[in-house]
Amino acid sequence: MTSIPAERSTPVVLPVSKAVLWLGLTVLAALLLYYFVGVDQGAVSVFGSDTHVHEFVHDARHLLGFPCH
Amino acid sequence: MERTLILRGLLAGALGGLLAFVFARVFAEPLVQSAIDYEAGRDEAQAALDKAAGLPVETEGPEVFSRAVQGNLGIGVGMVLFGVAMGALFAVVYTVLLGRTGRIRARALATLIAGAGFLTLYLVPFLKYPANPPAVGHPGTIGARTGLYLLMVAASVLFLVAALLVGRRLAPRLGTWNATLVAGAAFVVLSAILMAVLPSLGELSGAAGSETPLPLRDPAGRIVYPGFPADTLAEFRLYSVLAQVILWTTIALVFGPLAERVLRRDAPVRAVAEA
Ligand SMILES: [Zn+2]
Repeated sequence: MTSIPAERSTPVVLPVSKAVLWLGLTVLAALLLYYFVGVDQGAVSVFGSDTHVHEFVHDARHLLGFPCH
Repeated sequence: MERTLILRGLLAGALGGLLAFVFARVFAEPLVQSAIDYEAGRDEAQAALDKAAGLPVETEGPEVFSRAVQGNLGIGVGMVLFGVAMGALFAVVYTVLLGRTGRIRARALATLIAGAGFLTLYLVPFLKYPANPPAVGHPGTIGARTGLYLLMVAASVLFLVAALLVGRRLAPRLGTWNATLVAGAAFVVLSAILMAVLPSLGELSGAAGSETPLPLRDPAGRIVYPGFPADTLAEFRLYSVLAQVILWTTIALVFGPLAERVLRRDAPVRAVAEA
């Protein structure tokens, strides 16, 4: 079993400035997903007052703890 | 390398969402169904009361998706997408913190970040605004409840970041252990103050004093339909917590070893040189 010794446990420090585009896009996509699963068509809606997204993920929204109904 | 790590975060998150879905399908869905049955029965009783009082009776709109779709495919897609979103956020935080947190091993860092995600994005907001099964909740307060819930989520994240920064500054003077205790206390106190200031769910709906449906009474004050069953509510909330525990535990356990492999592969020169 090879494991990484503590001294070089996390040996790489990524230059965040270079990765910033990918990291930023990922955060944006994640927040969009979070919004559509948890919030859209409950209190506010991006695509008008239709209820398809809300109704489809409805049970998940409740179980994940988002306010609903 | 950040792209590899993000991809693996998405994978770990999707797997966590999938396992949480399996758990939800088996344990939580029967409770959802009984909550919906309760609501249907209550609506019927309400309609009968309204009719007797000569009031207009509300008719329900058509179903958009059947219960079978909502309770199988819908909840599955919802849980997996939520898992992917959490895996993505997790991977970004991991990538940024990598190598900037002192002597923490790749796997331990994954566990700590997953724990922080569970705590701030779910558990602390849940303590103030716990999950409700379907059929529970006031349509009139959905805007306020959503806003307050998201405020709790955002505030928890900010409080944890603030606590970590404070802990880091104190560490050289107090030692790591004591600095961690102070930072933890700061997080608890800040969260508690916010929870004390924000209104609770029952206060939003006004006269009823509760978001949970109370017993239905006829004009003479007799109970004609019971209040929402407490056992269903309690169990659903417990399963809500467990589903999130499953999700975040999976992210930590799957991502940790995967990240370690990426890190070892990307740092072979140095590892060999030091070996
Ligand atoms: Zn709902």
